[in-house]
Amino acid sequence: MKLKLKVWRQEDAQDKGGFQNYDVDGIDGDMSFLEMMDVLNNNLVNEGIDPVEFDHDCREGICGSCSLQINGEPHGPDRRITTCQLHMRKFKDGDEIVIEPFRATAFPVIKDLVIDRSAFDRIQHAGGYISVNTSGNTQDANSIPIEKQDADDSFYAATCIGCGACVAACKNASAMLFTSAKVSQFALLPQGEVEAHERVINMVNQMDAEGFGNCTNTGACYVECPKGISLENIARLNREYLSASVFS
Amino acid sequence: MSVLESKIPEGPIEKKWTKHKNEINLVNPANKRNIDIIVVGTGLAGGSAAATLAELGYNVKTFCYQDSPRRAHSIAAQGGINASKNYQGDGDSDYRLFYDTVKGGDYRSREANVYRLAEVSSNIIDQCVAQGVPFAREYGGLLDNRSFGGVLVSRTFYAKGQTGQQLLLGAYSAMNRQINRGKIQSFNRHEMMDLVLVDGKARGIIARDLVTGEIERHSAHAVVLASGGYGNVFYLSTNAMGSNVMAAWRAHKKGAFFANPCFTQIHPTCIPVSGELQSKLTLMSESLRNDGRIWVPKHKKDAEAIREGKLKPTEIAEEDRDYYLERRYPAFGNLVPRDVASRAAKERCDAGYGVNKTGQAVYLDFKAAIERYGKEKAFTSGHKNPIKEEIIKLGEEAVEAKYGNLFEMYEKITDQNPYKTPMMIFPAVHYTMGGLWVDYNLMTTIPGCYAAGEANFSDHGANRLGASALMQGLADGYFVLPYTIGDYLAADIRTGAISTESEEFETAEKEVKDRIQRLYNTNGKNPVDYYHKKLGKIMWDKCGMSRNEKELKEAMEEIKALREDFWENVRVTGKAETKNAELEKAGRVADFLELGELFAKDALERNESCGGHFREEYQTEDGEALRDDENFRFVSAWEYVGNPRDAKLHKEQLEFENIELKTRSYK
Repeated sequence: MKLKLKVWRQEDAQDKGGFQNYDVDGIDGDMSFLEMMDVLNNNLVNEGIDPVEFDHDCREGICGSCSLQINGEPHGPDRRITTCQLHMRKFKDGDEIVIEPFRATAFPVIKDLVIDRSAFDRIQHAGGYISVNTSGNTQDANSIPIEKQDADDSFYAATCIGCGACVAACKNASAMLFTSAKVSQFALLPQGEVEAHERVINMVNQMDAEGFGNCTNTGACYVECPKGISLENIARLNREYLSASVFS
Repeated sequence: MSVLESKIPEGPIEKKWTKHKNEINLVNPANKRNIDIIVVGTGLAGGSAAATLAELGYNVKTFCYQDSPRRAHSIAAQGGINASKNYQGDGDSDYRLFYDTVKGGDYRSREANVYRLAEVSSNIIDQCVAQGVPFAREYGGLLDNRSFGGVLVSRTFYAKGQTGQQLLLGAYSAMNRQINRGKIQSFNRHEMMDLVLVDGKARGIIARDLVTGEIERHSAHAVVLASGGYGNVFYLSTNAMGSNVMAAWRAHKKGAFFANPCFTQIHPTCIPVSGELQSKLTLMSESLRNDGRIWVPKHKKDAEAIREGKLKPTEIAEEDRDYYLERRYPAFGNLVPRDVASRAAKERCDAGYGVNKTGQAVYLDFKAAIERYGKEKAFTSGHKNPIKEEIIKLGEEAVEAKYGNLFEMYEKITDQNPYKTPMMIFPAVHYTMGGLWVDYNLMTTIPGCYAAGEANFSDHGANRLGASALMQGLADGYFVLPYTIGDYLAADIRTGAISTESEEFETAEKEVKDRIQRLYNTNGKNPVDYYHKKLGKIMWDKCGMSRNEKELKEAMEEIKALREDFWENVRVTGKAETKNAELEKAGRVADFLELGELFAKDALERNESCGGHFREEYQTEDGEALRDDENFRFVSAWEYVGNPRDAKLHKEQLEFENIELKTRSYK
């Protein structure tokens, strides 16, 4: 199929940036969206034009590198997948596709479609861990039985890949779904209890300091999240935060 | 005499590691504060090493090309991690894990290293649980296990189909704790461009900031390379797009020997190639072979009808299917090791029984598992005479609970529903057992330069067993390197900070800049991918699942010619002073074009078949690998002397004192 692409080009963080139009041909339904971008870039290189920069790595939906706002939606029109798992069979011949970076003050553009998501890392530096030495001199793994439901819920929270789609989907550019997933993973486990209060306060403070917006419970984050991280995590974060504020 | 000193401690194998730990030098806590360590790569090996070294008190700098350490490709590991916990009481032990790993590696790994790996494996699980890694659990609250290829016990711990992400997030969280303490400085979106040696010792690296393009100097008292494997030399592989050999290859060119480059793992269960413009292959976890049965049609005419789209797999009667793994290997069946399963798939497809359009695919079928689970579920919930629809419904639910995310991924990629029709799979490049040669302390042949995880060669021999890569990465990073590196650094407590203003740093920086400039000073005809794809095709066709003398010689010539063409005609767009993905790729492909030639040479000189290295000239009558222990029971460690083809071979003889050398059989 033939497609008309409208792609955001921006030299660096200082540049104002703008859309450029490109046509691509010979796109097959079994190709992934990023393979379509490869075709575009190969054409551009052959014409001597700088190719479009975009983040990507594992191309199997788990590293969280790829992003892209495609026709106004983070990771495009399909649900519960990242852009690398979006396949061109979701589009039809002659379609116009608008491709932009994820937009948020806390995610400045580095170049073209590449954004800086280090704010997510800093939220985790602030408390995304259990303070246990890595010496291996811990107790036997099975000496801490954990109810299957709690272990599963903790796992589901931990499936967050840190891609930032939740922030891009939110009209306030809030990072509550991300932060709550990270807080929940530990809050649901007995190992995380000791530092629970400190953790939630520090991570929320860092989230605010990074310039993310407030959560107004619209739930767009959940809709666009490639891993389907549940809104219950946000409720849990609020409970944890309240309890930490009252008792510490 | 060989220059290779493996430094294996004396004594009985089960005492070696403890004895070694008791005897090596330590650095006192106050002195650790004056010592800097660079860790390149932040996957399971690098991330866990960085966190532990920082916790011990060293000043650590980490480098990764991704935008966050959490995105290193360990994240994509699906199935699980082995440990000899014997929680299932099915006869597992350190010895058995050791034995399975050595046998699985076709007796080409170093006994002492593998035993140590088995010995610390249990600790890894304890450590990860303490860190809050949410492993799968049973209803009683205890940890669940499953089974992987090449073993007869259930020793694999897992977190659904994303064990790699959960373990990496564990290591990353340990890193975060140290970053928050200021003990780790993490340099993300940075690539190591060269290793810097001062007085013959590794004392730092030259790195490129991938955002600004700036070339930076970083010094340290020791450098740890945990930069992963080189599977992307094949272009199409299950590796991440950015996975590359640059760090290891730069070290090789500075004096680190490269061991067994031809030992590459072709994983049997990947989604088949669908088109010319495909950029990457996707793995379907080996755990699926616990429940999936692999087959092709028994009759050629059925295979042909399927390829032409005239027949569906579900229409083929049970007696007309050839479950070839169960037929050839009754003892291990669908759970034979990866090299065996891959070759068997290739054998059937080459014989004309392949099932997709290209004839390069076999079926992985869950029908039997769905029925088995469905019946069990119905029975335990009181329905002693369930109808067929109920069985299928319950069975599909049970399979979804186990493998849901993998099935979903398969459906997104292929547009087929694997609950209703069998999956199609084919082998693909997945892991490299070869890597930088290291001694028992994980030090390369360059003093102060260490290699951990997939980047080294030591534990998996000629074939890695499933769920052992995660185990080795974390064993090296959490429990081995932090001890052994102290033995070396104990001599450095009075050295003081290493200056980056020396002539050595100056020269290394200049070399890096010149090399980048050379990439721009070409005729600019062909994009980087043009060369990478060509190289990949040569590697797959001539150095892939089966190899022979004639084609390996051709491969060496073709790669050399392609490399020369690359340096004359590659086209790198954009500027070196900004974010530039084309330039990044060009540097990586340039190294693959050298490694590929050494790979072919190594395969050519190893006149035997073992594990993932199958030479057509050396096989048994029924097509199994034919090892030659008398002449090839050694590690090939290559020294760089100019051109890859001129590399000098050093042999480390492998001694097997605890395991009898036998023909590997899974029949």
